[in-house]
Amino acid sequence: MSERSRPLSPHLLIYRFEWPMLLSITHRFTGVGLAGGAIVLVWWLIALAVGPEYFAYAQAILGSWVGRLLLLGWTWATFYHLCNGIRHLCWDGGWGFELRVARATGVLVVIMSIVLTLAAWLIAYAARGG
Amino acid sequence: MVEFALPKNSRVRKGKTWPAPEGATRVRTFRIYRWSPDDDDNPRLDSYEIDLDTCGPMVLDALIKIKNEIDPTLTFRRSCREGVCGSCSMNIDGTNTLACTKYIDEVKGKVKIYPLPHLHVVKDLVPDMNDAYAQLTSIEPWLKADTHPPDRERLQSPTDRKKLDGLYECILCFSCTTSCPSYWWNSDRYLGPAVLLQAYRWIVDSRDERTGERLDQLEDPFRLYRCHTIMNCTKTCPKGLNPGLAIAEIKKLMVLRQS
Repeated sequence: MSERSRPLSPHLLIYRFEWPMLLSITHRFTGVGLAGGAIVLVWWLIALAVGPEYFAYAQAILGSWVGRLLLLGWTWATFYHLCNGIRHLCWDGGWGFELRVARATGVLVVIMSIVLTLAAWLIAYAARGG
Repeated sequence: MVEFALPKNSRVRKGKTWPAPEGATRVRTFRIYRWSPDDDDNPRLDSYEIDLDTCGPMVLDALIKIKNEIDPTLTFRRSCREGVCGSCSMNIDGTNTLACTKYIDEVKGKVKIYPLPHLHVVKDLVPDMNDAYAQLTSIEPWLKADTHPPDRERLQSPTDRKKLDGLYECILCFSCTTSCPSYWWNSDRYLGPAVLLQAYRWIVDSRDERTGERLDQLEDPFRLYRCHTIMNCTKTCPKGLNPGLAIAEIKKLMVLRQS
């Protein structure tokens, strides 16, 4: 008797999207985003080396509202990835695995990433004088 | 391999509706994944409307009621009905758990029931677990000792015995393993949380004498290190165990033995 090929049971699209998956996939997305940001950072440094005219051009792009929005995103991605990276470091040491603790550190990471982003931008704007 | 979409033969279609009996007062809808090897149809979601006044409190009670009174073709595994055998693990309301220890009242709205995720379906809620069992076999989950056996039990200090708490209670329902996205994408090479928890159960057992060999077996980019600490496993375990922690402890031992 030939057997019909068995279907694969549903997975990602039926699984409840709760905080463990959300925080984990955000860590990965921010990591990918930061890799892109690193290229922009290198481009900005190259612009600086090329000369004042090209650097002014680069500054204009990054200083536009789209540029600033992207920089805001990268700032948040940096702090999220940093904070959650420390959370992963604790896990690698065997600490913080109780469900209550893991959830609390996850919430802490999200709060800290937002606080640090705001702080960085406030300091940047204050130093720049508006 | 990461594949978000289901293969063509696995896409779930709309199914039949079995309406509640007349005069039912407390009606709840159960939407259940159905697939039969005996016809050529794709999987479908059937809706069963149940009167909770004539049904036990657990999801398994509802499944048994459906099978007994509404649709005898509904197929699922069950045995002990008290959370110790691990047979009735399935995806209920989006998370993997045991149908026998999950209260219907815990679910808001329609109760959606699927087989354990990302496995091949034998029929309805019965997935093929052969690969997972083969992976369990591969870690040789039994006591291995070379020293001459004593005339009585192999003794253990209370401290050593305590190390097995949170490990020996695992009933091998594979709820954790099939909740793990890393296992979904790499089930051919990654052992998954349930099997790694078992591996750790033998690694920390003070009576086992093949700890080094066991660690050698796991020192592999895929078998162990596909764990990215997503923690779906610990979140979903119906016995409240912590496979994520067990895997972290194995990773720690891997580092410690190099120094």
